[in-house]
Parts: sequence; C-alpha cells; structure tokens
Amino acid sequence: MSRTLFEKIWDSHIVVDEGGRSLLYVDRHLIHEVTSPQAFEGLRINSRKVRRPDLTFATMDHNVPTSDRSLPILDQISSTQIKTLEKNCKEFGITLFDINSPNQGIVHVIGPELGITLPGTTIVCGDSHTSTHGAFGALAFGIGTSDVEHVLATQCILMEKPKTFEIKIQGKRKNPHAITAKDIILSIIRKIGTAGGTGTVIEYRGEAISELTMEQRMTICNMSIEAGARAGLIAPDEKTFQYLKGRKYVPENYDECVDNWRENLTTDRSAKFDKSFTLSAESIVPQVSWGTNPAMTSDVTGSIPFAEEYGKGNPEEEKGVTKALQYMDLKSGTLITDIAIDRVFIGSCTNARLEDLIEASKVVKGKKVSPKVRAMVVPGSQLVKKNAEMMGLDKIFKDAGFEWRESGCSMCLGMNPDILAKGERCASTSNRNFEGRQGAGGRTHLVSPVMAAAAAIYGHFVDVRELDLN
Amino acid sequence: MKPFQKIKSIATPLDKVNVDTDQIVPKQFLKLIQRTGFGQFLFYDWRFEREGTPIKNFILNDPKYANSKILLARDNFGCGSSREHAVWALDDYGFKVLVSTSFADIFYNNCFKNGILPIQVSVDVLQKLFSTKSEIEVDLEEQTIKADNISVSFHIEPHWKKILLEGLDDIALTLQHEAEIVKYERSHKI
Repeated sequence: MSRTLFEKIWDSHIVVDEGGRSLLYVDRHLIHEVTSPQAFEGLRINSRKVRRPDLTFATMDHNVPTSDRSLPILDQISSTQIKTLEKNCKEFGITLFDINSPNQGIVHVIGPELGITLPGTTIVCGDSHTSTHGAFGALAFGIGTSDVEHVLATQCILMEKPKTFEIKIQGKRKNPHAITAKDIILSIIRKIGTAGGTGTVIEYRGEAISELTMEQRMTICNMSIEAGARAGLIAPDEKTFQYLKGRKYVPENYDECVDNWRENLTTDRSAKFDKSFTLSAESIVPQVSWGTNPAMTSDVTGSIPFAEEYGKGNPEEEKGVTKALQYMDLKSGTLITDIAIDRVFIGSCTNARLEDLIEASKVVKGKKVSPKVRAMVVPGSQLVKKNAEMMGLDKIFKDAGFEWRESGCSMCLGMNPDILAKGERCASTSNRNFEGRQGAGGRTHLVSPVMAAAAAIYGHFVDVRELDLN
Repeated sequence: MKPFQKIKSIATPLDKVNVDTDQIVPKQFLKLIQRTGFGQFLFYDWRFEREGTPIKNFILNDPKYANSKILLARDNFGCGSSREHAVWALDDYGFKVLVSTSFADIFYNNCFKNGILPIQVSVDVLQKLFSTKSEIEVDLEEQTIKADNISVSFHIEPHWKKILLEGLDDIALTLQHEAEIVKYERSHKI
C-alpha cells in the first residue's frame, strides 16, 4: 500500500501497536534546563534509570545570559536550573554541551549542526519547536515534562497517530533574497490559522520548498507548531545528505545510510494525505505580524486590518483582533511601513543560523542603526557565532551599532536578562508574538532577518524588495 | 496520580480564543525545579498589575469563582509552548476539568499526565455552558456533562479514561512492554 513519508517513519518505529495508539521508539532525545528538572526528579523518586543515555543529548539554552560568559550568572534561580541540569547529566551519564562548550547553542540549532538530527529518525524534546528537525525528514515533535520523564525511562513515547497534511508551495519566489522562508511560513499560518494544523503532521512539498537550503527549510518546519501541527516534515534530498556529511555524530556507515534514505524516505506517488493546502510562491511578499498570534500577519505593503474585516463575521475572532490591537497599541488602517520600532532582535531557533546572519548583514553593511533603535544579534549557537566571526559579520553588525552577543534563546522568550520593557515595540526574527512573550507589556512583530535588519536601520518597517540585497 | 473523581462545581468562563501557554504561565515563572506551587502564577500577567495587585475585571479575581474546579475557554486553548508548567499551574490553582471547542495537541496530552480532564465540545454546547448560572457536573465514568440548561455526553479515548479514573502511572505501564522494547532495539539500528 502506498504511504506518505510520515507514515513510513511512524510504521518503522512502532514497538507496540494498540490500534490508533502506538508505543513508538525514540531515536534521539534532546533535553534542556527548563523542562527537564522535574523529569529527573520523577526518575529519582521512582528509582528509575535513563534507559539510553547514549541517545540523549543535553544543552542549556533557554535562560543562559548572552553577555560575557566568563562572569557569574547573576540570576540565582536561573543559575540553580543550569546547575541542576549539569548535576542530572552527570548522575545519569548524559552528554551535555554546557555553557562553556564550543557546541553550546539553541537545542534546535545544535542538533542538526552536530549531525544528531538524521533523516528517518524520531526525535523528541521538551520544547514545541522540536518540529525544526523535520527539515531533515525526521519525525520530530515537542513533548511535555511528563513525557520527557517517560522517554528518559523507556526510550519510547505513547502516541495517537496524527493525521497527514500536505502543504504545497508551487512555483518560485520572485526575489529570494527579499522573500524568505520566514515569509513563506508566515503566509501559510496566516492562511490556515494557528489551529489549522492541529492533530496533524505537515509535509511541505513543491518547487518552492525543494529550492530552499537546509537552513531555510528549518525555518519553515520550526514554525509548524505555530499552525498547531505536531510536526512538520520535508523529504530529504541531496542537499540534506550533503549538509550532514562529515558532522560529528552522524553514523560511521554514513554513505550506506544515505543510500537507504534516498531509496525509502519519500512519499509514494499515489499516497493520499488526509488534508491538503496549496499556495503559490509567486504571491508571497515580505510579511510582518501585527497582532498577538502568528496568524495575525500582513503583507509589508498592507495596513493594520479592521476587526470586522479580519473576523469575517466570527465574533470571537473580532474580539480577539480588537484586544490584540489594543495590546499592540495599533490603529486599524495604519500602513505597516509607518510603524516605528524601538528594538530589533535577530535570533532564535527560527532565524539565527549562519545564512540568516549573512542575509541580514547585507542590509546592515556600511549603514548605521537608527538612533531611536536598540538592536541585537544573538547567534543560534557558538558554532554559528564562530563561523560568522570568521566571515567578519560581527564587525559589520557592531560597526552599524548592533550588539553582538553569545548564543541562546535570549529575547525570543525573555527568560534571561534580554527582555523588552513595557510598551517597547520590537522587530523580531523569532516565532511567537504572544502577549508579554519578549517581556511583560512588550510588543512583538515577527519578521524575517532581512526585514528586521532593515527596520533597525530605518527605524520603521520597510519593504526589503526595494533594497539592493545582492 | 490521584484517581479522578466526579466533579460538581461552578465553572469559570474565560471568554478568550487562542489562549496560549505563555499566558497560562508567563516565562518568568518557569525557572523552578519542582512540579508544585505554580497556582500562584496562573494567568499572572492577566491577573495582577506589575506590583502584584489583582486586576479587578479579570474573571479569576471575581470571588464568585474562587472555588471553581472547571474552566471554560474558547477555541484552541493551550496553544504555543510545550511547557507543562501551564498544566501544573491550572491543577495547583484548583482546576480539574477544562472545557473548550479545541485544545492544542501537546497541552491536551499534558493534561492527562497530571490528572486533569480536557473535554472537547461543540460550539453550541460550549455556549450553553458559558450561559448557565448553575453548577456543572462532570462524570468521567459516564462521560457526561450536566447543568441546568444542558445534559450531554462527551468523547474521551478509553486509554486516557482508564489512566484518569485509576490514577495510573503510564511509565509503569510502558515498562510492562520491556520485552518488546528490547526486541525492537535489537532489530533497529541508528
């Protein structure tokens, strides 16, 4: 019987089949300091061990400071959480990329970078953006802390089989430097809604997806959760195999694995998806979110909508928009390009890889950050930071007036000292514009790295298609 | 986990759509390393001014709902971050039943792991529950919700029903499959 890529990966990981529900084997378990302490505590209370420490990898990313790493961490509670992870990894024999490791970074940036992420595998982590790893044709999803404990103890996860959702992006983007992977995924979420993918695993297909680089594909899969999907997948191809080749944790018989992946990891031609959605790449332009969830997004050429127009007769949605605009302090009808900003954040598991920084640096080179704006770049990992510095990107950003910081989740969720003050407005390359996400009372606009960089220079949003990005 | 009992309580009507877990527990409270004590942080930024004074018109601050065990909310409740702290906060605050037209996947799963019953109902049923003035009775055994203006049954996966009713430890259940796990590990490399 013909199957989708998701179904093939699912089937090959079933340990026990209980009808619609299966006990699935987990190939890679990634952990971090915020969602793991209670799981380890649970193991200790029940005298349980970590079943496969060799398949478990840890790093600290969510609340680490991005300032000078040689200084002690001032926040005592953050420091305790970080020390707890160190202690737990030592006690249970788990590989940890600690705060001083050259491999430290956001867990979803370092997984692929180290070759821990592999096609056809199952990957879980106590973080919803685990969907990022789907860019490699891995079935990867976020789990809660109780499930982290379950996976630590059993290396398995009990799950109901999600439905399959095909999202096809046809044709090519008109200007690939200005219209990025971020604009594709924001356009998708805007169309299908924040619950459009609930209960499904999305497979992204079509010409516009195939032409993306691996790092761009990660941006797409990363935000699958913002459409409510459990996971996002892209079938692996030669770009995938080339990207992973020679990385630290790939299997010794790598070429043999590639042959196997090439042969098996595709959706069969006659396979049926439960749901389908198609979008033309040519219709996509740079996107800017204006509200308090990622579906509340507009073309850069557009304006802030009116509640009735956006809600389309749904009173709940209308109320949601009114409340969002109140929180964001925006008036219906205002042009997106007239919105002035106070802060710029280039970072997060969505958009802080090397290519993101290269693209953003092209906008910034030889220019100055607007005097009204405070802007920062937080590389996704120490390796990204090192590679960027070797290319001189740090100098470009610093000369323009950006802060150049150490790696971590930083102001994507503001668990460390990098936060917005009440009322500050930020152009951010992260993934969530929820109320207070980047700091209580802070206002977030989700954009691509080039859009964020341009906003830093001009002090307001600009259509990056009008800039020279080559 | 404590076995789930029949619940009869006034319901707190949270009239909001797309309530994300960042609102349920803001990130500044995720740094604790225990599972307990999160109730005080529930909906913190909606419940309190910055200096900690309760915001009067927020529904949880209405004394009428002080002992409520049932929370009603609009579509897509629990979206966003996978933080289980959101469920720990709801539980610690006293909510044992959540009713909405839909829940986000990870959040929905997290509820069962902590003895909380999330019930998915139609728009019409939710509307009736929002407008009832009486207490609402939730019987998991019978899979029914009753109030003065409504009496309906709800769907729940038999597996989750059993886990909740008996307060089972799902890790212990999985460990009963040790032989199958070992067999799988022998045949599956990577």
